[in-house]
Amino acid sequence: MIIARKKPVEEIITEIDPYDRILILGCNECVTVCEAGGKKEVEILASALTLHYQARGKAKTFGKATLERQCDREYLEEIRGRIHNYDAVLSLACGVGVQFAAETYTATPLLPGVDTVCLGANEERGLWTERCQACGSCVLARTGGICPVSRCAKRVMNGPCGGSANGKCELGPDTDCAWQLIIDRLKALGRLEDYEQVAPIKDWSTDRAGGPRTITREDIQL
Amino acid sequence: MSEKFEPRIVGFCCKYCAYAAADLAGSMRLSYPSNIKIIQVPCTGRIDVIHVLRALEEGADGVMIAGCLEGECHFLEGNLKARSRIDRIKHLLKKIGMDPDRVEMFNLSSAMGPRFAEIASQMTEQIQALGPTPIPRSCTPASETAA
Repeated sequence: MIIARKKPVEEIITEIDPYDRILILGCNECVTVCEAGGKKEVEILASALTLHYQARGKAKTFGKATLERQCDREYLEEIRGRIHNYDAVLSLACGVGVQFAAETYTATPLLPGVDTVCLGANEERGLWTERCQACGSCVLARTGGICPVSRCAKRVMNGPCGGSANGKCELGPDTDCAWQLIIDRLKALGRLEDYEQVAPIKDWSTDRAGGPRTITREDIQL
Repeated sequence: MSEKFEPRIVGFCCKYCAYAAADLAGSMRLSYPSNIKIIQVPCTGRIDVIHVLRALEEGADGVMIAGCLEGECHFLEGNLKARSRIDRIKHLLKKIGMDPDRVEMFNLSSAMGPRFAEIASQMTEQIQALGPTPIPRSCTPASETAA
């Protein structure tokens, strides 16, 4: 899931300040699950911003809407009939949603209400950890299901590096050494021979290094 | 001479303690300010950030949350969850330039009728000291009228 973090409300106030009518646009997918930009966050933010401006005697209008997804045009169409009522849209979707909304409604400024952080898993309530960097060529089969790209600070493909000590990364005691985890896991699976094989040089052209990526699926294109 | 400011305070009271304590205070014929309009909740753990913000948005001068004594929640830890939510609300109010003291949480048991009268007075005095809410009383939430 895409993990996002709420932007500080002061930052949002600065962003929206020049506009009088603002639509706060939530998204029902990832940002709802990570409690950063769903319907509930839309309500709370709208209420907080209303309080802020009313206490200062400023009349601003805050509209509220939460779409099923902001990364699909068909859902973005749902606000076409009302977007002209607003001077700006504050989108609480991930960066994908904000951009897609901006592309769909070119006449209205689109402002981000969250910071999109990573692809992660929900460890426990209020705790998310990164698990994938969308490198475009998955090596998890060889690494016991533990990703050296997202979980190793150096993204080394034949680790661990010299900075690993007692199973922890040199970044600090809170970061496990991904390669220690991989070795432990392969040992438990009885597949340490996978570790012995030297990984070929990774083709990073499928990662962001190759520029913005496009995925074409001719088999499903009609 | 201007009239004394009589705050309008919304009091979210847990059914198992504060609400019963308010009832007891009444039965005991205790006198306390009538500024608090009580809303009974099944547990303070039910109260969300939006409930408190909405009360302020619609013109409440203060919001009081009264739950069970810590460790004695009927639902084990609803009051502790409420406590941490209230802390977050106070933090948010500070960020948006509202006085965090407009929202306060109290803990008491159903047997504490006199304590209810005490917190009702304390909350009323606290809000009186802060003065009326900066939110216009007649306002309907602008957010509802837009779309």
